[in-house]
Amino acid sequence: MNKIILWFNQTGSPPRFDDFATRWAGPSFLAAMVLMAIGIYGALWAVPADYKQGDSFRILYIHVPAAWMSLSIFVIMAIQSVIALVWRIKLCELLAMASAPIGALFTAVTLISGAVWGKPTWGTWWTWDPRLTSELVLLFLYLGVIGLYAAIDDRRAAARAAGFLAIVGVVNVPIVHFAVTWWNTLHQGETIRLIGPSKMDSSMMWPLLVLLAATKLWYIGSLLVRARVLNLQQESRKQWALERYGEVK
Amino acid sequence: MAEFRALLRRDTALMWQRRGDAAQPLLFALMVCVMFPLALGSEPTRLAQSAGAVIWVAHLLAGLLVLDNLYRSDLEDGSLEQLLLAPVPLPLVIASKVLVHWLTTALPVLLVTPLLAQMLFLPDGLLPVLMLGLTVGSLLMSLIGAVVAALTLGIRRSGMLLALMALPLYVPVLVFGAGSVWSAAQGLPWLGAIWLMCAGLALLLVLAPWAAATALRLALS
Repeated sequence: MNKIILWFNQTGSPPRFDDFATRWAGPSFLAAMVLMAIGIYGALWAVPADYKQGDSFRILYIHVPAAWMSLSIFVIMAIQSVIALVWRIKLCELLAMASAPIGALFTAVTLISGAVWGKPTWGTWWTWDPRLTSELVLLFLYLGVIGLYAAIDDRRAAARAAGFLAIVGVVNVPIVHFAVTWWNTLHQGETIRLIGPSKMDSSMMWPLLVLLAATKLWYIGSLLVRARVLNLQQESRKQWALERYGEVK
Repeated sequence: MAEFRALLRRDTALMWQRRGDAAQPLLFALMVCVMFPLALGSEPTRLAQSAGAVIWVAHLLAGLLVLDNLYRSDLEDGSLEQLLLAPVPLPLVIASKVLVHWLTTALPVLLVTPLLAQMLFLPDGLLPVLMLGLTVGSLLMSLIGAVVAALTLGIRRSGMLLALMALPLYVPVLVFGAGSVWSAAQGLPWLGAIWLMCAGLALLLVLAPWAAATALRLALS
């Protein structure tokens, strides 16, 4: 068997995943925190103030990475759920369900930081703009997934049902992403482009890129810790878990 | 097709035995519409401005309250499991259930909508727009609801959770539906929103029964 496929198959088994998560959660968090410290330093001190917005634009160094994460985590959650439903891989159910609270938190951070930025810039905390509204709907979809997962007793059935909701809810992600293009909105259009020149000056760009990497690493660390806990909860009566962690009191 | 007709006949017969229930969503929508003049004040011009939106929300909430009944009684008496085992495509079963459910819960509310519109002083020219939008929109909401309700079957009391799951998915229907009434009131072209809803309906007529069947199998496996 191909080495990479073999690695995936082996890491899918609960004890191996427990090892893997224990080993990598710490380094991911550490790397995320170092990058976050560098990025926040750059965003708050090193970068010059905006000529129009003054210092308030610095909030966007939090807002934009959180917004990117809120969307990409939803997509990851839906993909994991598809894998879980099609191939019945238990670990993917756990990864999908562990993603939901993290994504919900990033969505909340996006909405709150956006409101804090909107007050001095737009003069209002909130406006019923398509971008803002669809992001709020995204938060509700996350909460629906979390709620459904919590409400069903059988953990595996719960993960499958909630995962299916995530798959259905993924239709909202392109709506959030393209809201600034499809409708005439107060929220500004795309500034950062992966392909072609961005509309942001390069002197202001680097902290954003650092923070984008930092939030990704934070997600990985948080995902590993949460998935490990879910994994151990479900496997608590298995031989390997008892041998490693002893009887649950 | 024979199975489809048999299912329709069975479900309508069951609904007919409890025909008093059909009045419940209707009364609920009526009550919601009564609350608004009491809260907003009875000034006709102000009511007329919000009438379309209020009626849309009343429809949405009334549909939400009866959503759980779609599969619940069949689940409790065990006939849902028999339908799952029956040599009939499950999406077809669900399509027939959704159709009967729409006929017995959404259609009655739709029929009293002109009365609701009069109560809230909706301008006469807007009534056709509202009715057209609500007809397409209530079908859309029934189809979306069928998927969500199937997912919550594993839970005994699912009322709040069902609302939490269904309402975000109802948002586009509400935005375009109520938006069409609003555009018509401003003298703007309103057919675009209706066409978009029709496109959504065409898509969901194909996808929703299939998705609901998948969700049902997940919930009952």
